[in-house]
Amino acid sequence: MSNTNAKYRKVAYYPGCALEGTGHAYNVSTVALGRKLGLEVEEVPNWNCCGAMEVKNIDPKVQTYLSSRVLAIAAHEMKAATVMAPCNGCYHNLKKAEHDLAHDPASRETVERIARKAGDEPYRAGEVETIHALDWIKHGVGEEELRRRVKKSLAGLRVANYYGCMYTRPRHIFPEKDQGPGSESTLKPHFMDDLLAAAGAVNVDFPLKTACCGGAHTLSDSDISTKLVLNILRAAEAAGADVIATECPTCHSGLEMHQARAEKVLGQKTKVVMLYFTQLLGIALGLSPRSIGNHENASEALERLQEKALA
Amino acid sequence: MMEERIDSARDARALLAIAEEVLEAWVRAHGEEPTSEVREGFRLLALHHQGTRGIPSFNACRETCREIAYRYNLAAFEPFHPEAPARLAMMAMLVRHLALFVGGKLEVDGLGDFCCASRPLRGEAARGPGEATST
Repeated sequence: MSNTNAKYRKVAYYPGCALEGTGHAYNVSTVALGRKLGLEVEEVPNWNCCGAMEVKNIDPKVQTYLSSRVLAIAAHEMKAATVMAPCNGCYHNLKKAEHDLAHDPASRETVERIARKAGDEPYRAGEVETIHALDWIKHGVGEEELRRRVKKSLAGLRVANYYGCMYTRPRHIFPEKDQGPGSESTLKPHFMDDLLAAAGAVNVDFPLKTACCGGAHTLSDSDISTKLVLNILRAAEAAGADVIATECPTCHSGLEMHQARAEKVLGQKTKVVMLYFTQLLGIALGLSPRSIGNHENASEALERLQEKALA
Repeated sequence: MMEERIDSARDARALLAIAEEVLEAWVRAHGEEPTSEVREGFRLLALHHQGTRGIPSFNACRETCREIAYRYNLAAFEPFHPEAPARLAMMAMLVRHLALFVGGKLEVDGLGDFCCASRPLRGEAARGPGEATST
C-alpha cells in the first residue's frame, strides 16, 4: 500500500534567489530529479525574494508580505494547492508568513494594505500548503517507489545528513512536524536519511545534523562560523562519512566556503565533501553527474563519487 | 576490562560537567544564578531551559544539549560496547560545539537570532515605534 500523497505530484515551484546563484546546482538537480520521478514542477511566475535576512532585519512585517505575495501568486494565479521550496530560508519564511497571517492581526493588516496598494488580492492563511523538497519526494514518491527506481545503488557511500537550523526551528511554525509516526521530527529530523537509505546509502550516526553553523553571521563574523563549521565537518568525518548530504543552499555553500577557509586560515584540512540530497538521489536514479550540476560543487564531490564507482 | 568501564563512565561524566560549566557561564553572564535543578534527569537540560528564558535564539543549542545527554547515557549504560570510545569522541565534539556556540553567542549576541528564533537581528529597529511599515 502506498502512503504517497497525490497532491504533491504537481507543485508550484519556488526556487528563490539562492537557487539562481550559489545554489544553482540544487536548482538543476531538483528539477532533473522531479522529471525523472514523474513529478510536475511549475515555477511560480514573477516570484520575488522571500524577504530572507535583509528585509526581515529591517521590517519583519514587510518580509511577511513578500513571502505572502509568492503564496498569493501560487494560490490565485496558478490555482496551486502546494508550494514547494527547496531552500531552507525560503521554506522557513513562507511557513513563518503562514503562521503570522494565521495568528497575528497586525501582520494581516500590513499584508492586506500593501497587497491592495499593489493592486493584488492579498494572501489569506491556509490557501496553499508550503512544503520542502524533502516533503515533496518523501510524500510525493515515497521510499518504496524510490527503491524500485534505483539504477545505481549508493551502497557503500557513507553519508552524514546535515539539515541545518531553519528546516525545524522555531518549532511553532511547523505544526505538521512532531505528529508521531510518519511525520518529520524537529528534534531528530530523518526525511533525508530515509530517502538516501532507500537509494542504498549508509547513513552514519551524526549528532550535529541540526547544529548551528553560524550561517547568519557568515559575513559579519567569519571566525565563529569557520570554527562551528569545522567542528561539523570533523564530526562527520569522525562518524565515518564520505559525504555530507545537504538540503539547503545556504548550509551547502557555508560548509563548502568555511571548509576552504578553515584550511586557509586555521590550517585545518578536512576531506569530507558536500552534495545536495537531490544530487545523490539523481545519481542513484541514473542521471549523469553533469545533469545534476555536480561540476558546480566547490568541494571535490565528483572525485569522491568516482572513488565509489558512482560516476 | 573493568578499568575501561570505569574510565568510560568517568570521561562521560567529565564531559557532561564541562558542558554544564559552559551553560553556567551563559546563565551567569545574564545575571542569574545557575540552577541546581534537573530536567529529564539532567542538570544540563535544566540549565539550557534556564538559559533560554527570554532568549529564544538560545534554542539553537537545544538539540546539541539533548545529544550530549543521549551520548552520556550511551557511555554510562553500555560501557563495554565496542563503539564506546567512538561514542565518547562524538560526545566530546558535541561539547566542543556547545562551547563554540555559547562562546560565539557571548561575543555576538545575534547568533541564532535570525534562524532559530525567527527574529530579526536588529531587534530594536523591529520592535520599536518605527515598526509599522511606511509602505
